[in-house]
Amino acid sequence: MFVASELNQHNQKTERLFHFLFALMTILLILPVAVILGVLVVKGGSAISLEFLFTSPSNGMTEGGIFPALIGTIWLVAVALLFSVPLGIAAAVYLSEYANDNWLTRLINLAIINLAGVPSIVHALFGVGAFVLFFQFGTSILAASLTLGIMTLPVVIVASRESMQAVPYVFREACWNMGATRWQTIRRVVLPNSISGILTGVILEVSRTTGETAPIMFTGAAFFLPYLPQGIFDQTMAMSLHLFVISTQVPGVPENLPYGVALVLVVMVLLMNSLSIAFRTYLRNKKKW
Amino acid sequence: MNHEFSIESRQFNLWYGDFQALFDIDIGIRQGIITALIGPSGCGKTTLLRSVNRINERLGYVRTEGLMKVMQKNILDSDVELAQLRKQVGMVFQRPNPLPLSIRDNILFAHKLHTQSHEKLSRQDENNLVENVLRQVLLWDSVKERLHQKAIDLSLEEQQKLCIARLLPVKPSILLMDEPCSALDPKGTEAVEELLWELRGQYTILIVTHNMAQARRVSDESIFMLMGKLMEHAPTDQMFVTPACKETADYIEGRYG
Repeated sequence: MFVASELNQHNQKTERLFHFLFALMTILLILPVAVILGVLVVKGGSAISLEFLFTSPSNGMTEGGIFPALIGTIWLVAVALLFSVPLGIAAAVYLSEYANDNWLTRLINLAIINLAGVPSIVHALFGVGAFVLFFQFGTSILAASLTLGIMTLPVVIVASRESMQAVPYVFREACWNMGATRWQTIRRVVLPNSISGILTGVILEVSRTTGETAPIMFTGAAFFLPYLPQGIFDQTMAMSLHLFVISTQVPGVPENLPYGVALVLVVMVLLMNSLSIAFRTYLRNKKKW
Repeated sequence: MNHEFSIESRQFNLWYGDFQALFDIDIGIRQGIITALIGPSGCGKTTLLRSVNRINERLGYVRTEGLMKVMQKNILDSDVELAQLRKQVGMVFQRPNPLPLSIRDNILFAHKLHTQSHEKLSRQDENNLVENVLRQVLLWDSVKERLHQKAIDLSLEEQQKLCIARLLPVKPSILLMDEPCSALDPKGTEAVEELLWELRGQYTILIVTHNMAQARRVSDESIFMLMGKLMEHAPTDQMFVTPACKETADYIEGRYG
């Protein structure tokens, strides 16, 4: 009774094979992250110190710290978000709550998807043409941040729209039946219940924007500046470009310096991602339906 | 026009795209009574119900013809403000759909929608309002200790009562109910039916139901619909004992459904 037949044995063999294969693939996915972090810590860990974080580069960028680049990256990301988050959420609200399904909406959706697929170097050239030259912002934080902002827009829009669409339709119906306008419904029911998803999208974009190099190198980020930016029309140093510069453009940089910069950059991004996950979990536990 | 009627329609037709869902509906619903809309699935009773607060129009491809009067005003006129209409005509759905807010905020939601900021109630007045309507729906005693908890955590019966309660602060005159008990267990159904009797007189109630026994228990009058047409409208006692149409008799006796 209940003895494995030949077919059973064969099935179990296949089962074990696939189990193993899928597990292997997953491990292969995690491996690069672990290796990258490991290498950075081993090779760059010795460069990290408070002095490294809070002083300027010195001696032709072969010594000293990364303070102007760190501050510059914060400037660039902050200004980019000030631009792209309100615009992106507004567009998402329109697409999710107001727009009818017609050719125009479909065209807009197509445009958003395509915008997400444009290579960053193309965004950079667009930024030079539009913001640096046409609007005459010059190479400045403003021009660079607007370029970054346009790059981040599609993700902000898509993440926001999807999290608004995830708010059950019955809530909207209930509101409309009580005589609520669309905007009242959005403000009192849709946005409060989709904010966790929207913020997750935004924070993920923060981490991506932090690492972008191409869009800022022609539009606002400088090779080296001895001072900190004073406003949005100044140029600035940035972590990502600084890493590129000291790894490829400057002779005589000690090996642990670029690895140190990379380590700080990666840790910044990972911190923001963890923050985003923690935040999302917190907000998710708060809402129930 | 008869002024006893809260809802009155003349030659009301409705199309979903090319599909005609309602044919020449003439109804007169007297004020303050409970009227049951019965008929097999797809007969148009929910469509008719949803025409009374014009919520059907959200679908975009709906077209209507004829007259639909609510409180002597044709609601299909172009000068009708939907927000005002929906304030007068509240709706309760099959599945309780409290908003993802606290019990208290659910009650105050519609009220806040229809109140200008300078007329805002004091905290005390709000509390009184909440207590008042929760008492009206026989819910106060079971929820008074947890007004700030999520409405979604209530039992389905309590949720449905809350969904009725949240309509009351804006003083509607008509309540539309689309199978309000179909998601409830027998005990919940009984409780909601009891509530309907409590509300009878103050509000004109139009209730769609699949449950013949329920129609018989809760309604003063019944309307039987079939294939988008109104077949019979009579006092409930009379319709269930001596139906005028053969179709009504067949349906009530369960020969089709």
